[in-house]
Amino acid sequence: MEPMILEYTVSADDFSGAGEASGDVKKTLKSLGFPPEVIRRVSVAMYEAEINMVIHARGGKITVEISPDEIRVCCEDVGPGIPDIDLAMQEGWSTASDKVRGLGFGAGMGLPNIKKYTDYLDIKTVVGQGTTLTMSVAV
Amino acid sequence: MKYVGHSVTLDKDKCCGCTICLKRCPTEAIRIINGKAVIFGNKCIDCGECIRVCPNHAKKAVVDTLDVLNSFEYTVALPAQTLYAQFPGMRDRNIVLTALKKLGFDDVFEVSVACDAISRAVTQDLYFDRLPDHVISSSCPTVVRIIRSQFPSLLPNLLNYRSPMELSARWAKKLAMEKTGLPKEKIGCVFISGCPAKATSSKHPLGENESYVDAVLSISEVYPLLQPLLKNIDRPEILARSGPLGVGWAKSGGEAYASQASHSLYADGIENVIDVLEALEDEKIHQARFIELNACPGGCVGGVLAIENPFIAKSRITHIMNHVTPTIPTGSLPEDDMHLDEEVRYNPALQLDSDVKQAMIKMMKIKELEKQFNGMDCGVCGAPSCHALAEDIIMGRGTEEQCIFRKCRKYEERIAQLEKTLEESCERKEHDSK
Ligand SMILES: Nc1ncnc2c1ncn2[C@@H]1O[C@H](COP(=O)(O)OP(=O)(O)O)[C@@H](O)[C@H]1O
Ligand SMILES: [Mg+2]
Repeated sequence: MEPMILEYTVSADDFSGAGEASGDVKKTLKSLGFPPEVIRRVSVAMYEAEINMVIHARGGKITVEISPDEIRVCCEDVGPGIPDIDLAMQEGWSTASDKVRGLGFGAGMGLPNIKKYTDYLDIKTVVGQGTTLTMSVAV
Repeated sequence: MKYVGHSVTLDKDKCCGCTICLKRCPTEAIRIINGKAVIFGNKCIDCGECIRVCPNHAKKAVVDTLDVLNSFEYTVALPAQTLYAQFPGMRDRNIVLTALKKLGFDDVFEVSVACDAISRAVTQDLYFDRLPDHVISSSCPTVVRIIRSQFPSLLPNLLNYRSPMELSARWAKKLAMEKTGLPKEKIGCVFISGCPAKATSSKHPLGENESYVDAVLSISEVYPLLQPLLKNIDRPEILARSGPLGVGWAKSGGEAYASQASHSLYADGIENVIDVLEALEDEKIHQARFIELNACPGGCVGGVLAIENPFIAKSRITHIMNHVTPTIPTGSLPEDDMHLDEEVRYNPALQLDSDVKQAMIKMMKIKELEKQFNGMDCGVCGAPSCHALAEDIIMGRGTEEQCIFRKCRKYEERIAQLEKTLEESCERKEHDSK
């Protein structure tokens, strides 16, 4: 069957609104009856990607494709891009500003957690142009 | 009485069919049908919000009445700690307990005794690392119910001890059986409650094979009968058994404090509870070892069957905790397993269909349909939001006719059409007469 598509716009520097998209996806997956463990993995990973768009990339857009056997999340931004992906994937590595850290973000665990919770992760990034992060969780 | 999933009843004459409870229900379990509020039992978590907000007092909690005392040969009152907080100037719990005996109970057993015991066990479990990383208290039945229907991934976090109400009822019953030699059925354990959800859970316990609570009376019913008795008690009988920590469970934070967890978190009020559960599910809570959640503002003192303002009641609880109360020497309590008989199970109340594919088809239809409503979430249709109406329609329990805006649009189109027909026929007449 055709996947169900959900689309969200993530706005820049909106810390209070951050997490709304992943919250909505979580709610949707619950009413569709996906296993709790799958829902948890998707919503934690998507939340991290959503936050990254807010704190590092001036916002962007997220597309979620829900199929009975897989949930795919694609996050696209036109932010600064990631110069060294291997470094960014390291636990604890963060370029977050002091202001952002003061708000409780920037522990450098986002990308490592996304990797940990998903079955597939692909990051396409061009410095100065933006980042597209695609992840999926198998059911 | 037929079990309907919650303890709320409606006084149909008083319900005016407004949207106040509809909009405040945290689980969207209410609909207005034929001008009256109706609750979907499967979605309701028994939080009492609708009782609290109804301006016409059309919603009430069903509990038992004092006549239940006549149904048993021997009765034991199990007062929730909140009861102590209803009386100004009250410091000595023994006065309230003595008054309960004067009211007609044969004996009393404080629910706070069970709270003390659970807290001691939890402290040890925490010390020996026998609990899940972020353990959630299971003493608030509404919290247990919302977790089992909306946060199933957190079910393993629930503390698997019996609730203080059930544990104290078990102990009270066994003590009374020993003392009187009567069989179980002839002894009535009567919980005195500020909380309607506890009445429901005594009729339909979660995680328990059977409930030892035989009846539940509301504090609001008992209060006016107790009040006049208090004045005449100069030398109260010593009936209190629990320490101050168990009494503190009545206010938000009391149970977390008594657990002696190195790092704990507590929240009260249903919206705040939901926020914490969301955060826990999203792994945004890292440290809290023990999490205490109470659906009512201020904790159990904020229950809808209590009388006193929860903030005043909270300060009284602190006052009572600080006052040294003479107690019965602890002695030994009956042997009993403090753990729940079985795990609390998932209730898929939010699921659109048991089959994921079918659920997806329904969800897509709902989203499509929702676009045709104007998104005002006005509630006039009887559903709390446009999304809820769309869901009701697709799930076969609502119709598009319910939407007042759609109706208006239809009438407007019809009027425009009629006007056009009228104009045309006028023109034709003019033409004919020329
Ligand atoms: N969408 C993005 N655009 C630009 N840089 C990003 C993006 N996502 C992550 N990064 C970079 O990767 C680093 C590591 O990300 P992450 O592991 O989520 O940690 P944190 O967000 O706490 O800094 C970030 O500090 C940032 O430099
Ligand atoms: Mg991050």
